[in-house]
Amino acid sequence: MKRFADAMLPAVVLVGLLVAWEVLVRVAEIPHYTLPAPSLVLQTLWANAASLAGSWWFTLKITFGALALAVAGGVLVASVFALSRPLERAFLPVAVMLQVTPVVAVAPLILIYVESTTAALLLCTWITAFFPILSNTVLGLRAAEPGHRDLFRLYRATPWQRLRLLLVPTALPYFAAGLKISGGLSLIGAVTAEMVAGAAGRETGLASRILEASFRTETPKMFAALVLLVLTGVAIFWLFDRLSRALLGRWHPTGSPN
Amino acid sequence: MPDALISLSSVDKRFASGTVALQSASLEVRAGEFVSLLGPSGCGKSTVLRLVAGLDQPTAGRVDAPAWRDPAQARTGFVFQDATLLPWADVFDNVWLPLRLAGVSRAEAAPRIGALLASMGLADFVHAMPSELSGGMRMRVAIARARVTRPEALLMDEPFAALDEITRQRLNAELLDAWQAEPMAVMFVTHSVVEAVFLSQRVLVMGARPGRIVDVVEIDEPHPRPPGFRTSPRFAELCRRLSASLEAAMAGAA
Repeated sequence: MKRFADAMLPAVVLVGLLVAWEVLVRVAEIPHYTLPAPSLVLQTLWANAASLAGSWWFTLKITFGALALAVAGGVLVASVFALSRPLERAFLPVAVMLQVTPVVAVAPLILIYVESTTAALLLCTWITAFFPILSNTVLGLRAAEPGHRDLFRLYRATPWQRLRLLLVPTALPYFAAGLKISGGLSLIGAVTAEMVAGAAGRETGLASRILEASFRTETPKMFAALVLLVLTGVAIFWLFDRLSRALLGRWHPTGSPN
Repeated sequence: MPDALISLSSVDKRFASGTVALQSASLEVRAGEFVSLLGPSGCGKSTVLRLVAGLDQPTAGRVDAPAWRDPAQARTGFVFQDATLLPWADVFDNVWLPLRLAGVSRAEAAPRIGALLASMGLADFVHAMPSELSGGMRMRVAIARARVTRPEALLMDEPFAALDEITRQRLNAELLDAWQAEPMAVMFVTHSVVEAVFLSQRVLVMGARPGRIVDVVEIDEPHPRPPGFRTSPRFAELCRRLSASLEAAMAGAA
């Protein structure tokens, strides 16, 4: 019963907020171009389902494409860093510079240098998603306990055995935590980058729908696109939360390192 | 002692920080012998074990032990102060690890692991995760892991220090059973006089700063030790003898 109540509480709050919003808009007779009621947002979402779905799909492709590249790049660079302290010292500042540069600031430059808008968007999104994977994986690959290292030395483990049976399992919770962060950041990166790039390509994402609607003061449509983004963000968070639980199985109940 | 399994000859160990962990330490352990290293903290007891296991290099002197003779080493077992089980692997996989690293498949290893776990009261925990086990059970698994290769030398670094007294006594008795079931030399580091007397055939008393061996006490009570040994006058006498030696070692260091 308690668990049910715990699960219901956030839902009740959410529904309550939506109802309050709906009532406020109706009672105060707020015009829809200032603040549309939730019911109108829903209607708009339904009416524009086809065009919004296409944009949603494009944003999703950028998000997951960049995330996949961030995972590949992050794990690769992390392995190199973990193998060699000098290389880490040499290249970590570059990685930090990538991390601290706001995508909004660097996107216009990237758009100049990179011909294809899709590629530019991927690159911008990759920049935001790359660092958490890199830094967490480096941390994880170094996290093996001295006792475990001694054990593997005692039994003369080969470097490959050490990597496969000790370093990778040790790093897994750290990697999963990085993946959870980067999953959320990818979506933010994809939208932010498209906001700056504008609707240049043939295919466009949800950011372009929002900008477009903004130019035409179609506030309900802006909200509809926003709703899709929020739902997608929540879904991505949920997905990676489940994924990290599955990856870590029974041995790490929290699903992330302390 | 020409038939020594393990020997240290005038071994010095100086760490990079300048700390002298051991100074001209010499000792010998015969095959199948149960020897305890007793001493105050910082006397280099653990360093002796790490040298014997080949985990550290001596600064000077010579170390001879199975781990140094056999390049494809599986003849030395090591039980650390913590159980150091892999938290993502169940009991079976943890015990399998030394054999797995030596290229023994799961199927080949299964009979040995099954028998070993059964003999140590772990039969019901084969697929338990380390986080589901008590401290005493975790240590049993660690001992099983160290024994799985049938080592010639079992090195134990204060393995029961973190356990409660009752569990510690039970594990002491189990360790003696294991030692009698499968002959192997045991080097057991402890700072407990009682534990050293109860377990060993010989106790090497160590002094600190610099770490060195100051006394050797024979515990000439044959194994298996009689049930009342722990409360016998003989036991009390040996404990007194060892305590006096330990005090002398510590006074010398101060």
